[in-house]
This record gives sequence, C-alpha cells and structure tokens, in this order.
Amino acid sequence: MATLEIKDLHVEIEGKKILKGVDLTINTNEIHAIMGPNGTGKSTLAQAIMGHPKYVVTSGTITLDGEDVLEMAVDERARAGIFLGMQYPSEITGVTNADFLRSAINAKREEGDEISLMKFIRELDSKMEFLEMDEDMATRYLNEGFSGGEKKRNEILQLTMLKPKFAVLDEIDSGLDIDALKVVSKGINEMRGEEFGCLIITHYQRLLDYITPDKVHVMMQGKVVKSGGAELAHKLEEQGYDWIKEELGIEDETVGLEV
Amino acid sequence: MTVETKMALTEQDVRSYSAKMNEADWMADFRADALVRAEQLPMPKPDKTKIDKWNFTEFPAHTVESTVYASLDELSEEARALVDKEQQNSIYVQHNNTPAYLFLSEELKAKGVIMTDIFTASREHSDLMKKYFMTDGVKVDEHKLTALHAALINGGVFVYVPKNVVVEEPIQVLFLHDDEQASLFNHVLIVAEANSSVTYVENYLSTVEEAIGLANIVSEVFTGDNAQITYGAVDVLAKGFTTYVNRRGVTGRDSRIDWALGLMNDGDTISENITHLVGNGSHCDMKTVVVGRGKQRQNFTTEIVHWGMDTEGFILKHGVVKEESTCIFNGIGRIAKGATRANAVQESRVLMLSERARGDANPILLIDEDDVTAGHAASVGRVDPMQLFYLMSRGIKQQEAERLVIHGFLAPVVSKLPIEGVKKQLTEVIERKVR
Repeated sequence: MATLEIKDLHVEIEGKKILKGVDLTINTNEIHAIMGPNGTGKSTLAQAIMGHPKYVVTSGTITLDGEDVLEMAVDERARAGIFLGMQYPSEITGVTNADFLRSAINAKREEGDEISLMKFIRELDSKMEFLEMDEDMATRYLNEGFSGGEKKRNEILQLTMLKPKFAVLDEIDSGLDIDALKVVSKGINEMRGEEFGCLIITHYQRLLDYITPDKVHVMMQGKVVKSGGAELAHKLEEQGYDWIKEELGIEDETVGLEV
Repeated sequence: MTVETKMALTEQDVRSYSAKMNEADWMADFRADALVRAEQLPMPKPDKTKIDKWNFTEFPAHTVESTVYASLDELSEEARALVDKEQQNSIYVQHNNTPAYLFLSEELKAKGVIMTDIFTASREHSDLMKKYFMTDGVKVDEHKLTALHAALINGGVFVYVPKNVVVEEPIQVLFLHDDEQASLFNHVLIVAEANSSVTYVENYLSTVEEAIGLANIVSEVFTGDNAQITYGAVDVLAKGFTTYVNRRGVTGRDSRIDWALGLMNDGDTISENITHLVGNGSHCDMKTVVVGRGKQRQNFTTEIVHWGMDTEGFILKHGVVKEESTCIFNGIGRIAKGATRANAVQESRVLMLSERARGDANPILLIDEDDVTAGHAASVGRVDPMQLFYLMSRGIKQQEAERLVIHGFLAPVVSKLPIEGVKKQLTEVIERKVR
C-alpha cells in the first residue's frame, strides 16, 4: 500500500493566499472526491500537488510514502507515481500523441529498458479501443484541435497507459456529455485496485453516479471543512452547500479569487 | 545612389574562366557584361537588416580544384547518409566548385529528362538555357549581388523535364563543401514543361568547422501549364560563410511549385524566396524552417506574388532563435491588379530560446485587387511554460520536454521534405543546433 499525505498545506498564487491548511490522506485502493463550490481552492490543491510553478507552497507538507514531494521537480513527482489529469490540457503542435506517450512511458524506465515498439502499440491500441477513441487520435498532434471531450478522454488514456500510483483528476467531468462521461468513468474504474489511489475534483455529483468514492470531502475557504462517505455527495446533490455553511458559520465560502 | 565597387576579378578573368569550363561562347559575353553591371549596381536592401558592412564581394579564391568521385561510395560518411542508394535514379554531386559525380538513369534519359552541370548545359542545351537562364526568373540587373552572381557562376545544375513526363523518384543534388577557401556561386535552373512533374532536393553541406569564403546562390524554377515542382532544400553551410541565397519560382497556368526549405546555415545569411504566380489557377506552397544560433545574423524574405487569377499562395515559416542570434522574417503576399479571386495566406512563428536572441516576424500584404482573400498570422514568443509543465507532469524531463516542443514547432516543414535521408539529416541538424 502507498500513501499520499497532505498536511496543513498553505499555498499562494501571486502573493494571494488560496489554501489555508489542507489536511488529506489518500491510500492506494481508495477513491476520494473533493467537492465544493467554485473558487474554494480545489484546483489549486491539484496544481500544488503536481508542482505547477505559479503555485507557491508557503507551509505544510506533501509526502508520498514518507518521501518529500515538495522537494521534487514536476517530472520527478510524475516518475514517483503522481499524475494530474488536467482541466485544460495543453496543445502541442508537431508532437504526436503516440510519440508523446512513448516518451512519457520511457521517461519512467531506465535507459536500455525502453518499452518495445510492438508492446507499446499493442497496449495503446487496446486502451484506445477500451476508451472508444478513434484510431487517428494516436497520430494526431497532442491535443491539437481535440474537442473538449476528446481532450478529457486523452487524459484518461494517459492515465491508463502511465499507471501512476496516485491520480488527481481536476474537473475531468466538466464539459462532457453523458456518453463521454461514461467512458471516462469506465477508464477510472478500470484503474481501481490495490496499486491505485485517486483524488477526483468535481463540482457535480453526476460523475460520482458512475464512480463510487470511498471518501468525499468538501472544500471551502481553502480548507477541507467536511469529510464523509459516498452518502455525503448525495446529500450535497439534494441540498446544496448552504447547510454546511450554516453548520460551520461560513458566510463567503470562496477564497476571494476566481480560480 | 550607386557605389562603384572594385571587383576582385577582371573581364579577362571571367572570360578565361568561361573558356576553361568550356562554356558556350555567349556565356563569356554574358559574364563580362554582368561584371560591368556588378560594379555599378547598388546592393539589395533586405528589410530590417543592414548589410552594407557585410562582405559579399571579397573572397580568397574564385574557384578551388577538388576531386571527382568515381562512385558514391567515395563520399564522406555524412554525405553518403543523405543518399538513398536503393532508389537512386538521378543524382548530381558537386565537390566545392568541381562537378564531381553525375548519374541519370537510362529510363529518365530516354524520356528526355536532362540533368547536367551548368557549364555543360550552356553548351549542350544552349537554346533552353538562353530561354530560361536569368531572363524571366532572376534578372542580372536586380542589384549588385545578382549581377555579381551572373558574372562569377562557378557551379550549379540544370534540370529539364519535358512535356508529360512524370519523374517519380526525387532528383537529388549534393553541394559538398570541404575547402575553407571555397566560395560558391551556384546556379540552379529547373524547368518542368506542361503536364510534367518532378521533385528536386538539394543539400548544401559543409564538413569544415569554419569557412572564409562566401556564397552567392541563385535558383530559378519554372513550371509549364499544369506542371508540378516540389523543391526541397537543406542548407548547412559552415560558420564564417556569408551567404546570399535567392530561390525564385515562376508558374504556368494551373501549375504548382511547393518549397520546403530547411535553412540551417551557421553564418550570416540573406535568403530570398519568391514565387511569381503568373499562370491563372497556379499555386505555391512555401514552407521554411530556420534555426539561428551564436552571433548569427539572418534575414529571410519569402514572397508570393499573385499575377494570375485564381492563384493561391501559402507561406509558412517557423524559426528558432537562440544565444545572441538575430532572425528577421519578412513574409510578403502581393496581389497584383487583375489577379481576381487570389488567395494569399501566410503564417510566421518565431520561438526565442534566450534573452539576448532577437526574432522579428513582419507579415506584409500588398493588395491591388478587390476580389481577393488574404490572411496572415505572426508571433514571436518563448517556449510556453504551460506546455513544459504539461509534458513534465507526465514524467518527461525538462530538457527532453523542451526538445519535444522545439521539434514539434519545426515539424510542419521537416515532415514535408521528400527524401527520408534528408529529412533525417535535417532533424539531426536541428537537434545539434538547438541543443
């Protein structure tokens, strides 16, 4: 079992405090969902875990099986087993999806132990079929001209090819129609198991109809303010967030920044 | 204003050189006349680059003697890697200024295809040469450098494809440079008659670290009605070379000329690539990639001039500038009066890899006709940190991520080069230059 542990995490962006003490522990074989209204710091948490250069950690720790994640460069975090499914994946001209994926897989392996081309193609073909992606997506330039739904599927394709220990999925469900949502959920559920832990960030209960989370957390004002089981997501779907705000005496749940 | 320039060579010199190369008699007069004009004509004025201090007129030697090759196996390893021996139907190799190897398959000869060095062409194909050579393409008196070129031509090749002949395999030309004293005044003339088609690929390859010569290169490319020419080039001339290179196309009706140029010189370079879309319904696609490094100064003008109706021109230029180098990209779409329904599109992108590098993309549209479409896009920027973050978030190291982004940036042109070996070479040159 592996553990990703976040303790008292404070994060700033351009001098503005966003996260104000996040505590969260995720083990493999667990799926966590973070919910909460807009502007409460959810995406900031995701970017900070991956190490986005604009997000500055001012205090607190992130560890992966005791190893200090904050000391690692972005690529080292990835090679240690952390994956971020992005809300807005970059487009990169001239680099095919397949070449990119192969570079990423080989980056984790020792020199001389690169994945064979045949094995790579077999795996890519089967994963793409599973995710109901067009064959030409492999040879198209990375995310270039992809629709919103195609980009999200492509994030999940990378997830299933790279097989990280922990995935943070930042609004992987936004902008998806119901069919795409099912496919994306299928991909995530396929990963579920002893070797995999996941943190799903979402506004909507909808995705959680297909992926049953083990734990649900609510973020407000840059902190986790409430945690529970899958039933918490249902309650939020039915009653919204106001009851939590009342319970905790919160008036403005945001961190005062459009995120 | 005209500036008198004392030329290193006299009329007698160029006449005796012409005789030595066994050229047609008219070439001697042509050279002598051009030399006089070279003394009087002004220098060209490439937009945004001052070249009055550049040396385009003094060089250590007009010609150097180099060995010929009995077979392609005698080529240096680097040069041999460019040649696909399996599918070789035609190749011309020039060793510095010496025509060193020529092969044209019997099949192509039987179809009337001509490929020969420029000296022989003046003698054996005098009428064709007189018709196309420095008449409607590049003119002698455009400026000092075209006149100087005409007077001093010391190499080059003539390719002729008759009516209705389709040359399937690319015609390949290697200009090999391994003598630091050598200067290159190469003239390339390609004519594709009506309904014919040919792909021509040339390499300029220096295998010396540094040179002290200069290059003044002119290519003229003509398509007859409904003909097609694809022109690929990879220029890799050594540091120290001052280069003026002018590649020009003129199209017949419904014909097309496509350029794919990898301009990888390490010396100061003025490059001009212009296509005149004369024939109605003709088409030109110009793709250029450039890498500048060190203290290199380079100026690249690409221009498509629409004279005919329903003509289409696409310019795509991608450049990477690093260290303290300067790259100026002038992209010009010109539509003449009467060129109705012409379409002029261009895109220039410059990626700067260092603080002190300078890149400039100047898109220019000059339109004298109402019923046309035109568009341009230009950008100068740095590697997008979000792209790097994205790649690195998948475990790819920063250096490799940058490499992927740069290669991807240049890929649209590299992928267009028609010979595998040349494509591979360009990829390797880019790799070496951007590292």
